[in-house]
Amino acid sequence: MLNSLTSQLRTIWTILQHSFTKAETVQYPEEKPYLAPRYRGRIVLTKDPDGEERCVACNLCAVACPVDCIALQQGVKDDGRWYPEFFRINFSRCIMCGMCEEACPTNAIQLTPDFEMCEYDRSNMVYEKEHLQIEGTGKYHDYNFYRVSGLAIEGKDKGEAQNEAPPIDVKSLLP
Amino acid sequence: MSELDTIGFGLVIIAAAVGGAAFLTWFERRLLGVWQDRYGPNRLGPFGVLQVLADMIKLLTKHDWVPPFADRAVFIFAPTAIVVAMLLGFAVVPFGPELYILDLNIGLLFFLGMTSLAVYSVLLGGLASNNKYALLGGLRSAAQMVSYEVFMGLSLMGVVMLTGSFSLRAIVEAQRDLWFCIPQFLGLFTFLIAGIAESHRLPFDLPEAEHELTAGFHTEYGGMKFAMFMLGEYLGLLLISCMIATLFFGGWLGPWLPPVVWFGLKVFILICFFILLRAAIPRPRYDQLMALGWKVMLPLTLLNLLLTGAIALLMEGA
Amino acid sequence: MPVITIDGVSYEVESGRNLLETCLSLGLDLPYFCWHPAMGSIGACRQCALVQYQNAEDTRGRIVMACMTPVSDGALFSLAGDKARHFREAIVESLMLNHPHDCPVCAEGGECHLQDMTVMVGHRDRHYRGRKNTHRNQYLGPLINHEMNRCITCYRCTRYYRDYAGGTDLAAMAAHDHIYFGRHQEGVLQSEFAGNLVEVCPTGVFTDKTLVHDYTRKWDLQSAPSVCTGCGVGCNTMPGERYGRLKRVHNRFNAEVNGYFLCDRGRFGAAFVNSGSALEYPGLREADGRYRALDHHEALHRMAATCASGKCAAIGSPRASVEANFLLRELVAPENFAPGFSDAEQGLVSLALTLQLASRAGIPSIRSIESADAVLVLGEDVTNTAPRIALALRQSVRNKAYELAAGLRLEPWQDAAIRNLAQDQRSPMFIATVADTPLDDVAAKRFSLAPDDIAALGRAVAATISGKPLPSGVLPEHLHSEARMIAETLAGAQRPLVIAGTGCGSSAILQAAADVANALCDNARKAMICLCVPEANSLGQAMLCGTQAPDLAALQRRAEAGELDTLIVLENDLYRRGGQAQIDGLLAAFREVIVMDGLDNRTTSAATLALPAANFAESEGTLVSLEGRAQRYFPVFQPREERRPSWVWLLACMKEMELPECHSMHHFDDITRICAARIPALAGITAAAPDLHYLNLGVKIPRQPPRYSGRTAMRANISVHEPKQREDEETPLAFTMEGLNRSQPGALLPWVWAPGWNSNQSLHKFQTRAGGPLKGGTAGARLLPTGGGGNGNAATSQAQPARAESTAGTTTGQRWQLVPRPRIFGSDELSALSPALAELIVPGFIELCTADAASLGVKDGDGVDVGDGLATLEVRVNDSMVAGCAGYSAGFSGTGELAALAQVTLRRADAWQRAPELIGSDRGIGSGGGHV
Repeated sequence: MLNSLTSQLRTIWTILQHSFTKAETVQYPEEKPYLAPRYRGRIVLTKDPDGEERCVACNLCAVACPVDCIALQQGVKDDGRWYPEFFRINFSRCIMCGMCEEACPTNAIQLTPDFEMCEYDRSNMVYEKEHLQIEGTGKYHDYNFYRVSGLAIEGKDKGEAQNEAPPIDVKSLLP
Repeated sequence: MSELDTIGFGLVIIAAAVGGAAFLTWFERRLLGVWQDRYGPNRLGPFGVLQVLADMIKLLTKHDWVPPFADRAVFIFAPTAIVVAMLLGFAVVPFGPELYILDLNIGLLFFLGMTSLAVYSVLLGGLASNNKYALLGGLRSAAQMVSYEVFMGLSLMGVVMLTGSFSLRAIVEAQRDLWFCIPQFLGLFTFLIAGIAESHRLPFDLPEAEHELTAGFHTEYGGMKFAMFMLGEYLGLLLISCMIATLFFGGWLGPWLPPVVWFGLKVFILICFFILLRAAIPRPRYDQLMALGWKVMLPLTLLNLLLTGAIALLMEGA
Repeated sequence: MPVITIDGVSYEVESGRNLLETCLSLGLDLPYFCWHPAMGSIGACRQCALVQYQNAEDTRGRIVMACMTPVSDGALFSLAGDKARHFREAIVESLMLNHPHDCPVCAEGGECHLQDMTVMVGHRDRHYRGRKNTHRNQYLGPLINHEMNRCITCYRCTRYYRDYAGGTDLAAMAAHDHIYFGRHQEGVLQSEFAGNLVEVCPTGVFTDKTLVHDYTRKWDLQSAPSVCTGCGVGCNTMPGERYGRLKRVHNRFNAEVNGYFLCDRGRFGAAFVNSGSALEYPGLREADGRYRALDHHEALHRMAATCASGKCAAIGSPRASVEANFLLRELVAPENFAPGFSDAEQGLVSLALTLQLASRAGIPSIRSIESADAVLVLGEDVTNTAPRIALALRQSVRNKAYELAAGLRLEPWQDAAIRNLAQDQRSPMFIATVADTPLDDVAAKRFSLAPDDIAALGRAVAATISGKPLPSGVLPEHLHSEARMIAETLAGAQRPLVIAGTGCGSSAILQAAADVANALCDNARKAMICLCVPEANSLGQAMLCGTQAPDLAALQRRAEAGELDTLIVLENDLYRRGGQAQIDGLLAAFREVIVMDGLDNRTTSAATLALPAANFAESEGTLVSLEGRAQRYFPVFQPREERRPSWVWLLACMKEMELPECHSMHHFDDITRICAARIPALAGITAAAPDLHYLNLGVKIPRQPPRYSGRTAMRANISVHEPKQREDEETPLAFTMEGLNRSQPGALLPWVWAPGWNSNQSLHKFQTRAGGPLKGGTAGARLLPTGGGGNGNAATSQAQPARAESTAGTTTGQRWQLVPRPRIFGSDELSALSPALAELIVPGFIELCTADAASLGVKDGDGVDVGDGLATLEVRVNDSMVAGCAGYSAGFSGTGELAALAQVTLRRADAWQRAPELIGSDRGIGSGGGHV
């Protein structure tokens, strides 16, 4: 009983001491806060170091999204790459949780330190691929999925990916 | 004072109380900001003081809406009741040796009566809203107020015993030598807690506990009617501070400065203290609140009464 | 029943099964690759390892492969123990050594058995530092995509393709870690059942090429239980939809019908749903011959006004649902309703129904066909008319092997052992057709005979079985001994089966087949008879209309007599039901022609009012398959624009006309119920599937799997305001992911998925035991007696037609008998509209034997004129073709004027351009298309 009373009194005293500490508040529009590169803000689609679209339309971001705000359709380019025919994020639903980035096997989808996305019309929050795609590699500079993947595309034949042996000649009798 | 002067002074008090309550809404937020390491409203006017004006404009221009399922007459009546009751309470407060509206010989009882009336406002508001959260809030407030009412009155009996009068002016005069906060320390403590509970401010705001009852009894209220509830709450805070200053801290008494300034200063410090409580102490559970009232505060009050009576008898005997 | 102990828990299990099946049936998760419930065990992948202990004192135990271990009473196993677990993890690691890093761009991803098993065993890191083997892929045709790098050498593909489906052009090649599963050279996979490789392959070596270029993951597909409309077999399917397009068709397990496999027509032939020629709005023909688009209110108003004012006749459709046909029949009165067959086919289908109803032999399900131990196929090339039956027949010839195995007390799942034991010994199957069929390789003997001779052979077999003397002069002498041999074999079999069908256009053959079956039944055998009909609801249509229904010619006569002036055509391209002149005449005889169809075709173009009808993937309905099984299909997605299911159009029209018949019809189920009540033959159709009030433990059954993604973005480009999900007011399924997909009746299974089992191998979680029937019961309701309910009366061949005056090439008049040679791709109306199958459809042809070709002076690839300008077709010289008969590609464009069994003259077409030879570059090899 007495303990809890002193505890309450101590609390009051501690709070009172805060009369002399500085406010943590950042006066936002005048004063911009520092946002780390890994800050989870507006989502972008990046390109690989060779300037090709990184997204292979595997749908993993869409299925990882807890609010189901990503929709896309896969297509195949003439050179054999998979790509999204359309890629849509409904930012009016997005909760910036970053699950899509975690799920992405090609580092294509990335969250950026930009949260200033206010619109008067909700439909302006629906971003299509042309709004999402950026020219650079984003946070991850070196990864190129097709250099690792076994899928053959134009300019990278079977056996030319990372850690791959040249294609087997089925007709060879050598061990 | 002539009757005309009394009415005039009464109007001045009403204006000051209402204005003070409105000012408090800004002041409380700023002060909470200070203690929580942030700023609070600081954008509008010097130090954000015009926030009060902005809030007023907002509340006044809001759609004056009564839910179709509510009991219309009672729904509208409820918020006015609390403001009226609280303002009436100011009638007996002596702001200075000659600055008062009424010097009733039962001033203290009048104050207790007025604060008790406030419960109707909350109860009726909750009931008329026809909403389960509002009803629960109303129920809680009824139980809370009735429970704390009991020892609120009793806690003051020590003061009355020492003074021998219910007149608030007499009580102040009786503290010329020693403020009652010393001999009546227990009384002060219990009255303080009862006062917070009566004005259902944090940490005892269970009737409107946001996280369990959305907004309790005023869930369905908005605009001007909601503003009345808020006004009532801040008037209650002001009134309780005035009463504590009067009953335990010698009212207007004090050296050098004019009496009114002394009174104002004491009230101001008490208000700051109440806001500090709000900033520091979390809300108890409902059953803890009731247990505290009945099992701790009531015995303490009775103990205080007993001791005060005994000491008073002894001193009289000596 | 034996009691086995796994991890200290005792289970009472079914004897005669292997341990893997048993574990799965018990709900224990045991990884496996090579075992398949339909193909048995070979123990190739070493994945399903358990530790078996000798007795309670044995602490070491030994590792056994569950799929090769029979359950025996008192056996002790450890499944979760470290030893077995580490072994299984190591196996997956070794299988994954060369697995490429391409799950994100693999069409199997998300429904990959290898992914599931890898997660199940907990393998994570590749410890081997060496490089990964790679392989070059092959072009395997427009249907199947090949990505050999992903192979884990489980051998399922070749076991399925060669051993189960009888294909020859896919094999395991090379040795050790060079092993390669493919063709000896690039080219189209020849098997009609190659599409099942997609579902059989546990990883992404064989994937659905039609899906790969417009890919959607399994978790994003909205599916509903459906029934294939490709032929009369009625295989159960699960079509999947996304963004309003039908993405793929997967097999829906039905223990009695298709089991685990579909044919390629069924799997790849549904793409017509996405066809650009699909109608979206009702069209009213204006005076200038152009169509004006209407909304559905106006269209209905016009339709009702036209029907009310005119004397209506109607033509139904054997590819439309029983319900739509029934409503139309009610609308115009039965005497004005033609079932929508061609005039010749109407007689055949109705005869097939009559014969089956009267037969004392049982009508087998497809599953029962697999159990037949002697088969006689008369006239029908089932691989091309009812393909799934051909796959069943391939299994039936293995009954000999199972008999031998039983003698050695080998369990039937010991696949490799049994195949080694039997070698080439097969149960007998005799095929009598006009020319070769794809089943010839497993037939004991095949006879090339003219249709009349086939019928005569059948009658001779029947007579021999009954012990009657052979009628002389009917059967060529050299066949007498053969007939006796067939008769003896059939009579000696336990479960003989006779198969015939409408495919060759001869009623005499149907009759003869029934005679054989009845004669076998007289011999106190449990004989079965299966009569193939051409379309998904042919038999249902015959049941609905009875034998007295008017045919197209009758309607035309009455219209010309002024008795009728308005014609309603339901989902039927009449130009496939008769010659151009006949149909032109029929349509011209009516003042108003209202056509309901989903696609723009010649009949729709002749309509005065065209109504867009929803196809099978957008509507619900009941179809009666050739075994008399009524099966319900459900809408997979909602029809776009003004498309409506036919029954909705018809019911709304009847309501607009305020016909008393429709007062109690509010829902689809009401139509089914009233149809069942009015038509005795269809009384059982209400049992095909539960009605719309069915709830699975209080909730509906979801069409979308639990991980369906993108709901708040799919239509955000149209509006960010998400509409309420449409409620399905006609079926127990929901257009959402809410509900319960577990233990419901088999007719309501929209998709298979279980936690940890994302691939179609999760099916065992829905089965009573691994490989057994579905927990909720087998879909469909049999309308025909399965045990042979008839008395055989209608089945006696009355007039034995005299043998057609020697039609063989000896005639001086040079007339050939036209015999249909249907093809799996192109002979039916709708699958030809699928772009992938269109690549495989050969040009229309006429088959002649060498002698006949020589007498006409034509070679392979030349053209001949058939009749007097009926058609000009490319010649194919086929030595198996019986002389005097000309086989034509039935159902192909350009053969519309040809009638089965007609006698025609043939003449070399002089102005004929030979088709260019196809060279490799035409297939787009090297352009990346083959490497996807």
